[in-house]
Amino acid sequence: MSTSTVTAAPATRAPRIAGTLLGLLLVGAALAPLLAPYAVDALDLGNRRAAPSMRHWFGTDELGRDVLTRVLFGARVSLAIGLVSALVSAAIGAAVGSIAGYAGRVADDVLMRITDAMLAIPRLPLLMIAAAVLQPSVPVLVLLVGLAGWMETARVVRAEVLSLAARDFVSAARAIGASPARVVLRHVLPGVLPAAAVATTLAVGRGILLESALSFFGVGVQPPTASWGNMLYQAQTTMTSEPWLAIFPGAMIFLTVLACNAVGDAIGAAKS
Amino acid sequence: MIRFIVRRLLQSVPLLLVISLLIFALIHAAPGGPLSTYLENPNVRPEDIERLRKAMGLDQPLGVQYLAWLRAFVQGDWGFSYADGRPVLDRLVERIPATLELIGVACVMALLAALPVGIISAINHRFDRVSSLFAVAGISLPVFWFGLLLQLVFAGALGWLPSSGRASFDGGDFTDRVAHLILPATVLAAALSAAWSRYLRRAMRDTVARPFIRAARSRGLSERTLLLHHALPNALPTFVTVVLLDISMMASGAVVTESIFAWPGIGSLFTEALAKRDYAVLMAFLMCGSIAVMVLNLVADLAVHALDPRTRDAS
Repeated sequence: MSTSTVTAAPATRAPRIAGTLLGLLLVGAALAPLLAPYAVDALDLGNRRAAPSMRHWFGTDELGRDVLTRVLFGARVSLAIGLVSALVSAAIGAAVGSIAGYAGRVADDVLMRITDAMLAIPRLPLLMIAAAVLQPSVPVLVLLVGLAGWMETARVVRAEVLSLAARDFVSAARAIGASPARVVLRHVLPGVLPAAAVATTLAVGRGILLESALSFFGVGVQPPTASWGNMLYQAQTTMTSEPWLAIFPGAMIFLTVLACNAVGDAIGAAKS
Repeated sequence: MIRFIVRRLLQSVPLLLVISLLIFALIHAAPGGPLSTYLENPNVRPEDIERLRKAMGLDQPLGVQYLAWLRAFVQGDWGFSYADGRPVLDRLVERIPATLELIGVACVMALLAALPVGIISAINHRFDRVSSLFAVAGISLPVFWFGLLLQLVFAGALGWLPSSGRASFDGGDFTDRVAHLILPATVLAAALSAAWSRYLRRAMRDTVARPFIRAARSRGLSERTLLLHHALPNALPTFVTVVLLDISMMASGAVVTESIFAWPGIGSLFTEALAKRDYAVLMAFLMCGSIAVMVLNLVADLAVHALDPRTRDAS
């Protein structure tokens, strides 16, 4: 809620920088096995808890694993969860929003009450309980984060559908006998796309934040799989003696979410 | 006015029912149900679990259980904490002051920053570019990471401030309590002030673009009067609404901040309860969080009523 209505700076280079950064992150995550200086679980027992150096740019953890390598592999998990959960949210949100907006009446009332209810329940605590109860694998975690984030998209899509459905080309399509499903899918939803794209981009950032928060509390991605959140969780106890263990994964979360928000805002600004 | 409030309260009843149903379903979806902690404990015999299930009514159909729970909840009987056997309501109530203190101070800090920044960004382009950058950064900052960094720098490296708790062991005097508040309140305030300065900037921009401002300017009023006495009152209703809605969503932020800084409020009660699978407390927490959202929604509507004379006749 707090991010969706916020607009970024007027046209600057920021969106381009953010877009480039996101691209680099995706490439880095995809090519992690090639780019990473070490194997993902390689132990350098002579260099445990080593501070950043030429040999280990981001230092090493308590088992002598290279933090840069783990950050790169963690990017795969964190970005995948952010992207896929946003797509799940977008799909549910588009379905709920277009049915509510186009069908109207009872369907609208019921679906919007459920949306309001879901928005009122504190999101992170709800997810923390769900994750603690279900102890999910990564795919289930993606689903949970997606299920917790469709409400904003549903509201945006419903509003757009309502305004589009009143336009002449929609009545024209209906007049020549197109079925409601066809009218929504072929005529209304394409017009909703820009607004839904903004909501989805913002949902990517939110998904990454939620995953990292869940993992930070130990109920998200479980070790030995590295995610930025669980690297922070493990770093917490040795924060003062080995700060690099917390600084780098956290900085990655920050930069990624920042880039998502900047890109989302730029799409939103270009739309209006 | 009173009719408006009553109508809104009545409207929120079905919403609360839906919420309670969702929360109840989630808790009972747990493998082993609410007793799952006991299932994992080798010292608890199967017949004890059976006895507990009967005693707590868990052998009844889910619908019956839900209705029983709902009736008790409405009557103020929120059950007993599985962790220490005390009434859930007591455990929540004793934690509320700490949380209110933290959130209250954070909101004041955020407002003090957001009001001037939002107003100046709306009129000064160069300032706007810098403040926009900080605002987007503030919104994107992972709360838990920011908290850890602040602890690292101000409690660890510099040693200026205590890293956790609400007061020193001896109870602490006023300055000691303030010192304990600074870091957690800053963490909460950072994201809020970033979002709020953006809202205000946008509301002010929309207002400044309207004809009555041009008319006022052509009457020769100073920019200062224009901004503070003509634009601001018109931008305020929208701003106050989003601020109140954001405050209503503080449950998530409180959970994270309080557990990082070991702040003894409701948020850390939640994480403690989660670790012990103390479902009675968890359910009560989610219900309270949802009710808070709905109450503040109502307050936001009333605030708009009070601030915007045009809406008064409409109801």
